[in-house]
Amino acid sequence: MNHIISIEDLVFEYEREEKLEPIKALDNVNIKIKKGSFIAIIGSNGSGKSTLAKNINALLLPSSGAVYVKGFNTTDETKLWEIRQTAGMVFQNPDNQLVSSIVEDDVAFGPENLGVEPAEIRKRVDNSLCAVNMYEERKKAPHLLSGGQKQRIAIAGVIAMKPECIILDEPTAMLDPHGRYEVMEIIERLHNEGITVILITHFMEETTRAERVIIMDAGKVAIDGAPAAVFANAKKIKELGLDVPFIVEIAERLRNRGIDIPKNIISIEEMVDYIACKFK
Amino acid sequence: MIRDITLGQYYPGDSWFHRLDARIKIIWTFIYIVSLFLIRDFWGYITVLITLGLIIGISKVPLSFILKGLKPIFFIIIFTFVINMFMTKGTSLIEIGFLTITKEGIRNAFFMGTRLVLLIIGSSLLTLITKPIQLTDGIEKLLSPLQKFGLPSHELAMMMTIALRFIPTLMEETDKIMKAQMARGADFESGNIMRRAKSLIPLLVPLFISAFRIAQDLAMAMEARCYRGGSHRTRMHGMKMKKRDAAAILLMILYVTLIITQAQGILSFLMMSLIQSA
Repeated sequence: MNHIISIEDLVFEYEREEKLEPIKALDNVNIKIKKGSFIAIIGSNGSGKSTLAKNINALLLPSSGAVYVKGFNTTDETKLWEIRQTAGMVFQNPDNQLVSSIVEDDVAFGPENLGVEPAEIRKRVDNSLCAVNMYEERKKAPHLLSGGQKQRIAIAGVIAMKPECIILDEPTAMLDPHGRYEVMEIIERLHNEGITVILITHFMEETTRAERVIIMDAGKVAIDGAPAAVFANAKKIKELGLDVPFIVEIAERLRNRGIDIPKNIISIEEMVDYIACKFK
Repeated sequence: MIRDITLGQYYPGDSWFHRLDARIKIIWTFIYIVSLFLIRDFWGYITVLITLGLIIGISKVPLSFILKGLKPIFFIIIFTFVINMFMTKGTSLIEIGFLTITKEGIRNAFFMGTRLVLLIIGSSLLTLITKPIQLTDGIEKLLSPLQKFGLPSHELAMMMTIALRFIPTLMEETDKIMKAQMARGADFESGNIMRRAKSLIPLLVPLFISAFRIAQDLAMAMEARCYRGGSHRTRMHGMKMKKRDAAAILLMILYVTLIITQAQGILSFLMMSLIQSA
């Protein structure tokens, strides 16, 4: 079983008041996620990407179809806590997800809920805070920290639960560029350590770091594939109301002017390397 | 003005008092508050002041920080002082029209005013030198015997933790809404009381809505982190009585003895005879 998460024919409808039709947020979604992979899910507002994230964590349960986390069906209530521990979740608003007024106590919140021994909690909290470079700030109050720092603490709080998979629901949406950079660095590091990362975002640039990009539109998977392959289809992406990454756009325009740039170049670093090599 | 309230704030430190078991600090604060209403004379206030001074000195909380917490209740203190000064019957000292200032009045006013100041300082000191988490853990532990009678002690403690955590967040939110409304021409400062109260509506309604939104977000985040109430839960900081806690209990007993002897008039008698013999 190397699929840590498998989503099968998932339909999710938001109930509304009586007489009103329920809103179909997810429509027949099929996604299988390999253990240890880094997946970016992108889509415009209302495309169902956040709903999808909450379905993986059993915060929402499918209207029909099924979601399996580590082989457990999310509707199985006896496995609920195991599912939530396996698939940790970081939310968009850094302020609204921290529970305690001391950084380290907040990180300890998850393991405490799991009933971990105090000495082990201490160890996990220290390790998680080091992993997000926030150990120095462990005694501080969250409201005195920057958005990026708060978001890193939220990530530490999830790491301390020893998840196999982390779902990040637009973690950088409310951050400044510097905070965004810090958080992305941490996400990449987590991936390198073998944790499955599902990054939900609406910044195209962030998806270039992933191994697989899934573009959602109107509750359906519109495009699914490796970043280079996905961005090769720039026209379709634009039709969905999204932008391709800046570098992909530039490469496209350079190609139009007769400069041959390979399709697999999607990040600034790759572009710089390529141009430097070619035109030395 | 809301920003000045130090009640409920924590002043980070690592002193003897910071590290004391929160339960002892809570009980001591409780005793302290009761003691303020037991003491009757000068020597009683001296005992309280010395105790307070020692705690502040050892815990290294800046005095200015503590005094800042008194600013919002300054008016109440003055009010108490004046009321007591004029309203106490006894030997009159000065008469201004129908108002008389009595000797007992001044004494009362002085004592009541001091009492209020000490009350605020003492109770804000508890939160200043105790981590909020430890404070709520302490309350949870102290209340847990009442669980048998259906008191949800864990839930209460959790509510307090969250309330403390979100005070600054809601404060920021208030500030943001206030500025947004001011940018659209709202006026929070002029007019009589009725007008000003009315002008708060466009502030309170959005604040209320955003508080609910925050609560919903937080509830979801807590659930995602496997929160399921008090059962199953362990704590990172276990509460174990240590040597210094035993010492603190002894100090507390000493304090209680001093206050009781004072309340019975024994302390002042002893002190007076000591001064006379010197």
